[in-house]
Amino acid sequence: MKQEDFKDNEYIDKLVEELNATGANVAVGNLNKLINWGISNSLWPLTFGTSCCAIEFMSLGAARYDMARFGFEVARNSPRQADYIMVQGTIVHRMAPVLIRLYEQLAEPKYVIACGGCAVSGGPFKKSYCVVNGVDKILPVDVYIPGCPPRPEAFFYGLMQLQRKIKVQKFFGGVNRKQKREEFFATHPGFNKENMT
Amino acid sequence: MSDIKEILSSICPEVTFAEGTDTLEVVVPEEKWHDFAAQLKNDKRLDFDVLTAVVGMDWKESVGVMYYLTSTARGWDLLSVKVVAKDRKDPYIHTVSDLWKVALFQEREVFDFFGIKFINHPDMRRMFLRNDWKGNPLLKDYDANPELNPIPLDDEKDEDNTCSYVEDAKGKIKKVPGLVFGKDEYVVNIGPQHPSTHGVMRFRAAIDGETVTKVDVVSGYIHRGIEKMCESLGYPQILHFTDRMDYMSAHQNRHCLCACIEKAMGLEIPRRAQVIRVMMDELMRISSHLLAFGCTAMDLGATTAFFYGFREREQVLDIFEKTCGARMSMNYNVIGGVIADLHPDFCKDVKALIDIMPERLKEYHTVFSKNIIAKNRLKGVGMLPKEDAVNYAITGPSGRGSNWSCDTRKVRPYSIYSELDFNEVLETGCDSYARYMVRMREIEESCKILAQLVDNIPEGEIRAQVPKIVKLPVGHWYHQVEASRGAFGVYIESDGTKNPYRVHFQSPCFNLVGVMDLCCRGNMIADLITIGAALDFVIPDIDR
Amino acid sequence: MFDFGKWTSAFNELLLGCMPEWLAVVIECVIIGVLVLGAYTVLALFYILYERKLCAWFQCRLGPMRVGKWGLLQVFADMFKILIKEIISLKGTDKFLFKLAPYLVITSSVVMLACLPWGNGLQIINYNIGIFFITAVSSIGVLGILLAGWSSNNKYTLIGAMRSGAQMVSYEISLGLAILAIVVFAGTMNIQELVEQQNHAWFIFSGHIPAIIAFLIYIIAATAETNRGPFDLPEAEHELVAGYHTEYSGITFGFYYLAEYLNLFIVSGVASLMFLGGWMPLHIPGWEAFNNIMNYIPSIVWFLGKSFFISFIIIWFKWTFPRVRIDQLLAFEWKYLMPVALANLILMAVFVALGWHF
Repeated sequence: MKQEDFKDNEYIDKLVEELNATGANVAVGNLNKLINWGISNSLWPLTFGTSCCAIEFMSLGAARYDMARFGFEVARNSPRQADYIMVQGTIVHRMAPVLIRLYEQLAEPKYVIACGGCAVSGGPFKKSYCVVNGVDKILPVDVYIPGCPPRPEAFFYGLMQLQRKIKVQKFFGGVNRKQKREEFFATHPGFNKENMT
Repeated sequence: MSDIKEILSSICPEVTFAEGTDTLEVVVPEEKWHDFAAQLKNDKRLDFDVLTAVVGMDWKESVGVMYYLTSTARGWDLLSVKVVAKDRKDPYIHTVSDLWKVALFQEREVFDFFGIKFINHPDMRRMFLRNDWKGNPLLKDYDANPELNPIPLDDEKDEDNTCSYVEDAKGKIKKVPGLVFGKDEYVVNIGPQHPSTHGVMRFRAAIDGETVTKVDVVSGYIHRGIEKMCESLGYPQILHFTDRMDYMSAHQNRHCLCACIEKAMGLEIPRRAQVIRVMMDELMRISSHLLAFGCTAMDLGATTAFFYGFREREQVLDIFEKTCGARMSMNYNVIGGVIADLHPDFCKDVKALIDIMPERLKEYHTVFSKNIIAKNRLKGVGMLPKEDAVNYAITGPSGRGSNWSCDTRKVRPYSIYSELDFNEVLETGCDSYARYMVRMREIEESCKILAQLVDNIPEGEIRAQVPKIVKLPVGHWYHQVEASRGAFGVYIESDGTKNPYRVHFQSPCFNLVGVMDLCCRGNMIADLITIGAALDFVIPDIDR
Repeated sequence: MFDFGKWTSAFNELLLGCMPEWLAVVIECVIIGVLVLGAYTVLALFYILYERKLCAWFQCRLGPMRVGKWGLLQVFADMFKILIKEIISLKGTDKFLFKLAPYLVITSSVVMLACLPWGNGLQIINYNIGIFFITAVSSIGVLGILLAGWSSNNKYTLIGAMRSGAQMVSYEISLGLAILAIVVFAGTMNIQELVEQQNHAWFIFSGHIPAIIAFLIYIIAATAETNRGPFDLPEAEHELVAGYHTEYSGITFGFYYLAEYLNLFIVSGVASLMFLGGWMPLHIPGWEAFNNIMNYIPSIVWFLGKSFFISFIIIWFKWTFPRVRIDQLLAFEWKYLMPVALANLILMAVFVALGWHF
């Protein structure tokens, strides 16, 4: 593939500008921009790998690909301190409640990336009796990264897509995707409200 | 062979011998099974000290278990024992976990998948599925309706409760409830999302101060039901699952499955394909051990060593990528050979790798192995004496760290390994450091094998002629190779159609987690992490 | 050597000339407070980037590159992000202590920062027990960590806090003894005087053998005090998830994060003060020309340069060595480090009494 053939999603960047240009006043708009710049450039992942994709994620952190260049390297092990959960690998029935709990434990603003075929759709294990066919069945997913496992370059592309997505959101007045607590319990009858903190 | 038959018949006159199997197979009535097993283990003429595989089976009219036994003293010949439970609706079989400790976990797996209850097994809980799961998935009449088992949203209940089935003097079986942890034990939950469980493993450790008193392994957080899925797919289609089980021994696992199918088909593999397979296996081993080095160092907090290990691993992955087209999950071996010919750069790249490896290994030792803190953290920690390693069937580098000569490449050579000149690496330490050092030295041996082969890759076909639709004759086969973490076995039962009737993968890592409790007791909670790192298990391989 | 004291006293007189004394003091306090907090933030952000870049270089990587030139703006992005992160309040925690704990940690490190001599005349307060005060205040940080672990109602944090308590209390002894050796040598605890005394030669040179031993003990104990590798057990990521601050999110976690780096600077600053002359330039007796040239370099550059150098060594430890185990850690302190530190103190006393120093 030649360099010029590669459309690096500049149209999305333009879209972001258009969306942000309408409506907001200058002070709030600029503050929004500043905050979005902060969030998008400081995405700390939660270390969460279930299978092969996790090894590729380790390669991503290693010297050749070095995700530290983007500031993504501060992998937090405590969900309270992480910004996004990167679901690397198959999610099975036994893991599903754990994953939902981890998502609930993340502090807002939080994002979900589904990495690899298994997390996107169940992948090669779609027909299994205990595989969740895509994490979007249980979590709101922001970015999908296909591949089995995705190459490190694909990981970067997915993360950069997430950055672009973050740049559209508005911190003041209506964050684009924010689920209220009550709404969540209304849509997830399986949860006991008393036990969730 | 015939004298063993005689001995077996003299021990237990009720046994019968099956015909036309690849190993000696004996059928034992259920009520005689435990006594017979005790004789197999303790009789000096038989001396079957290793329980290699436990395969649950559903033969439609009945359910039962296939046991594969081997004797280290008598040349590693396999003996398969078929035990059929009496009642298909409510099956019971006597446990052998008191003889071979490896059966503790293996029988729980069979209980989980087939509902066979093992009499006198101390801890009869489900292994992989949630304890509120309905049905036993590997039974042929299992109802796979997703409404029966919807995606759960709440935590599991009754995690502390277990039970066992005890037979009293009159032969009556009684269910006895039990507790995993005592009421006043301080239990720390480690995992399933934890930075150093190397995946989604969950340990529940009872601690006293910082000292671990008991470890309960909770597995199944990545159980994907591969064995069940295989039954509805054709033989060439099931190959890709092996790459995704132990993704760090993708080539070896796939080699094993292909070789098992080829053995059943009676297929002769071209020499070139054999050589390529062995080279790929050894490259995979190097990459796996480099990862193990990096992760051990990282779990101990020496982050820089991790990056050094990954630097060379990238070089191995480059070789894979050029020939196989992928960095991981290569999907390279196929039935009859390999899928694509070698890349023109292959030999050059391999030579470059074996040239730098000795120097780089020296660097690893400088930065990590010789470090006084690393030595103190690893030496004398997680002791696993040789008897326990044999009893728990701990093969691979971890078994050889306990001075047990168990390398399948040496004891039961397959492919072209018998022609190659390499040493089996053994360490006498029996601790984490010995296991770690075995891995480092095995990298050298793998380089030695590669150096012998890289200039001697014969010309010729890379694939034998294989029919479009692969069908195996009726029967069952068991094949074993040496994967990066130990002996990996494949059991295939065929009913003559294009789909396998039953496939079982005997993964080495499943046995490795079985010794976590044994190794960790009396050590500190920080040691639990290093023991896990030195055993180096891969979770998807355990859960399958 | 330029004396910042001229500026400050001129400013003081200016204020006194136009307002009553109490108002002048209040205004000065406010200005100093703002300056200290500003310096705190800037230094913490610098240190975060410093460590990330350094560890990247140790590991054959590049480190942050994309945000700003050479990743210089990376930490600012992190700061904005962490400021707006949600602060999760948990059920089952001790609410008051849970909220109090990060402030204790950050307060102790701000107060310690305020005591350091930044340059010639750039010192906020000149106590006669200055160095003693620093060691005393540093203990408040332990309290914050213990409270955090206790109040979170989480087993990991509790183990982390217990480890941290045991570790910091133990290593504080060696730290104190190493400092005491220098105090014996100098005969004063006044920070200003400590620096002045190193005018002819830094203590590590003039005190030779016992001072060098004290310096090594100090560096080891300081690494443990700041919970950094190989002594980072309280937050041992691979065992305890994130240790005592597992349950903290948003800026409350940010406080721990900042305090961790700032403590690194503070122990380096104290090391440079006690052993490498603080802001005092490198003076070699007899080389007058050389000494004069050295004096041209501003004193604040000397102080920061020495501190950054010592921090570099501590960061180097962290990224090279594996982590020790809790029993090894305590055995090392009580069986080796503390006896050596005690013996060293006696040695220093003997050297001072017999005058065996320069």
